[in-house]
Amino acid sequence: MITTLLTGISVGGQYALIAIGYTMVYGILRLINFAHGDVFMVSGMMLIWFVSSTPITIAVPLIIVVTVVLGFLIERAAYLPLRNAPRMSAMISAIGVSYLLQNVITYLTGGQPMTYPTIPLLAKTVGIFGTKQTMATIVTLPMVIVLVISLSFLINHTKVGMAMRAVSKDFETSRLMGIKINNVISVTFIIGSALAAVGSVLYFSNYSKIVAVSGALPGLKAFVAAVFGGIGSIPGAVIGAFIIGICENLIKATPYSVFSDAFTFAILVVVLIFRPTGIFGEKTVDKV
Amino acid sequence: MPDNVLRVENVTMQFGGVVAVNNLSMEINKGEIVALIGPNGAGKTTAFNVITGVYQPTNGRVLYNGETIIENFPKSKMKKLYAGENKGVYKNTIVKTPDQVTKLGMARTFQNIRLFKSMTVFENVLVAKHLRRTSNVFSAIFRLNAKEEQKMREETLELLKLLDLEDVKDELATSLPYGKQRHLEIARALATKPSLLLLDEPAAGMNPQETEELTAFIRRIRDEFDLTILLIEHHMNLVMDISDRIYVIDFGKLIADGTPEVVSSNPRVIEAYLGVAEDAEN
Amino acid sequence: MNDLNKKNSLKSTIIVIACVLAFWGLLLLIENFNLIVPGGPKLFNPTSKLFMVLRKVIVYCLIAVSMNLLNGFTGLFSLGHAGFMLFGAYTFAILTTPVSLKVPADGIFYKYGGSVVHFSLQEAFQAIFGTSPAGERISLILGVLVALIISGAVAAVFAYLIGLPVLRLKSDYLAIATLGFAEIIRTIFQCEVIQLPGGGELVLGKLTNGANMIKGFPTLNSFNIIGENGKTALYLSTVVPAIIVTACIAIIVLLINSTYGRSFKAIRDDEIAAEAMGINLAKHKILSFCVSAFFAGVGGALYAMFATTYQAKPFTSVLTYEILLIVVIGGIGSVTGSCIGSFLYIACSEWWLRFLDEPMFIGNFQVPLLKDGFRMVVFSVVIMIVVLFFRKGIMGTKELPDLFKKKKNKTKGKVNSNAG
Repeated sequence: MITTLLTGISVGGQYALIAIGYTMVYGILRLINFAHGDVFMVSGMMLIWFVSSTPITIAVPLIIVVTVVLGFLIERAAYLPLRNAPRMSAMISAIGVSYLLQNVITYLTGGQPMTYPTIPLLAKTVGIFGTKQTMATIVTLPMVIVLVISLSFLINHTKVGMAMRAVSKDFETSRLMGIKINNVISVTFIIGSALAAVGSVLYFSNYSKIVAVSGALPGLKAFVAAVFGGIGSIPGAVIGAFIIGICENLIKATPYSVFSDAFTFAILVVVLIFRPTGIFGEKTVDKV
Repeated sequence: MPDNVLRVENVTMQFGGVVAVNNLSMEINKGEIVALIGPNGAGKTTAFNVITGVYQPTNGRVLYNGETIIENFPKSKMKKLYAGENKGVYKNTIVKTPDQVTKLGMARTFQNIRLFKSMTVFENVLVAKHLRRTSNVFSAIFRLNAKEEQKMREETLELLKLLDLEDVKDELATSLPYGKQRHLEIARALATKPSLLLLDEPAAGMNPQETEELTAFIRRIRDEFDLTILLIEHHMNLVMDISDRIYVIDFGKLIADGTPEVVSSNPRVIEAYLGVAEDAEN
Repeated sequence: MNDLNKKNSLKSTIIVIACVLAFWGLLLLIENFNLIVPGGPKLFNPTSKLFMVLRKVIVYCLIAVSMNLLNGFTGLFSLGHAGFMLFGAYTFAILTTPVSLKVPADGIFYKYGGSVVHFSLQEAFQAIFGTSPAGERISLILGVLVALIISGAVAAVFAYLIGLPVLRLKSDYLAIATLGFAEIIRTIFQCEVIQLPGGGELVLGKLTNGANMIKGFPTLNSFNIIGENGKTALYLSTVVPAIIVTACIAIIVLLINSTYGRSFKAIRDDEIAAEAMGINLAKHKILSFCVSAFFAGVGGALYAMFATTYQAKPFTSVLTYEILLIVVIGGIGSVTGSCIGSFLYIACSEWWLRFLDEPMFIGNFQVPLLKDGFRMVVFSVVIMIVVLFFRKGIMGTKELPDLFKKKKNKTKGKVNSNAG
């Protein structure tokens, strides 16, 4: 039971790190960045390649940088040209990017599952509450807390953060107020990608192999978490992610384990129907 | 049948803590042209939206041809929050969606033109004929409704002819000049065969000459289609010229009503529009 | 004026019908070309890539058009198509797999001790029409047709149930809710046993064969007529699905051009105005949703026939994305666009770009990059270019006949101006 709970918390934390990326981008661009899960996967693949030539202490910061660059480039290449297009176009573009990333990785890996390296620090087992857990499980929660606190500091107490809040409220007015919205959006993508990279290290160290579509499912679940918490809200995304991570692992321990994924989506559908704006989302009224 | 077509009774619309329309009552008789005026943000469009079913009022009711079509009273969260009057008078909740309201015979236009962008002028009007159909989806697919479809098209053409839009019927609706787009919106509303027409700022963005034309146009359609008209407008010339009666609201509350002469000499109306000098207030 | 219009519309209807008939004839001809002219080009071998691609294109056309009805014409951004296809394909497979294959405990349902469905449609029809070759043939065709219609109907019924709550959502929320539903449906189809709270268990596998394959149901090749010598006397495996799909698409087009189709477009253009014009949003949205699901279900069943074996695994959101991309390439809001899009997409991914997956040598020089998977990379780059720079797709919202009309008008205009 304790193991289930601890795993749940840790998986939830990993989802939270991805979910923040979704929720921040949605908050500002009103775009579901379908490619985010794949960026997460690419970051995992990168680590495999970097580890073969550099020590792990260099490889991990390196993949964070590379993932950030990737996130930045995707925004500039695939979303920037569609800024004034209908929302559906940007979403289709996101689906296209996701398709592209998956195909590129399939090509580079030859479609073979790649072995994820064991990171000694994270793979170490420690005893806690009378159970043995890997370091990755233990470390996730404090790490998420630290990252989220620093992120909310950034958003609430810095100039960039203020600009981000302004842009998410009103695009045009922020532009008129002299905010360079493209830069603000880039920063959003950079933060989201960096968190996804951290998340990928924690998440994939629980798995031995990864393939080109490994990012799709955690991506979707993180997204569900973001919706659950109220898309656009960072604390909402984090809490949603923990709830989903814990519930999923609790279900896995029952005879209904095959339905753990379906359950996530069932939550999604139920939340969308009864409270479309999530737990923390703001209600909007249509203007006629 | 009572001679008032529309009767708005103590309607209050509250969003959270903000009372947008406060205890508004109106009566519109058959064949009248009635204007609803007030400064910006007075709650005119909100009142329109309540009458046409877009918003559910917080309290009050709306009657159409003597039949209650919309009624509500404050409940759940609103019970505590409710800041309007006449609490407890109404006990029923009757909801109508905008399409049901239109089907009853009330059609409206919009303040910011809402034409169907991808369609031609002809199709824009033709769509509005859909609600009077008798065909179901199968008969429509297999063209068993050919006669009805033909009739729809003929009536549409007829209407376009009457409203001087026939020469542009195959043009994209959004490619028309602004004034014509307004005409088209009215044509589209007329295609639903209403007996009450609600116009939300029909003269917005028009120059004086166009406004004058519009005045004549509104009169003409009232006579030709046997309509009753309720309109929101800011152009005072138009309002004074055309209206049989005027309702004035400010901050959601009715402050005056009556014939144009009566209303234009009402000090409260002048105050609402021009404001009061600060020293005069004391 | 009116008579002229009528005449014109009659004329264009005749032209369209003639084109469709010519298309069927052409398909029939090339499919049987090597039977008529032995030793004809290899491309026309019934087993060649061409026909494989054509059949897949035909099936995808229907699925893409059905998605376009929803996303393009009604403006409902739904990503649940894989789920509807699943319903169609499973219904079809369950209803038509011969009894001898699915009922015995050692048949394809061996894991669950045989299927609970103790009949198959074409065998039921054989009881009426007899087992003579002609009787078998009629039974097969009737069985398949009825199964296709039921497949569509099952998909539509579930779409109705899903649509009731989901269609209240808007744009991207609708997209993810439908995506979520499609995933749930897939998990349920893959599920073997559900433990009931009361202690009993519901063996879903007896109906769906769990995550395992279903096979043995009629495929597209079953339409071929086998001669007395055991050889194929007439190939119909491309023409018959083409006829079925054309009929389905014709119904969709008739719907789009009817008064209901106009209301769908009105909803797409401006929901609030449409409602104010007396169009019941909920009713029309769910109508479009169900019709789309119906044809997606039929498409899913045809897809199963094309693929010859069937399991739920590949029906993920990726399949839906693929169809969405086809619709985008063809033009959101264009039926002919979706068909052209399907053709280009399938032909490129399955055929024309295949060479990118093979190592290639020019003289002694091996062209770099070419290896397994490169095709899909190039392909996705092309798609990104379309999505980013040709947002309207190939056809935009125009249809193929519109293009001809325009040309005609232009030439007419020229003649007039010359005369003037």
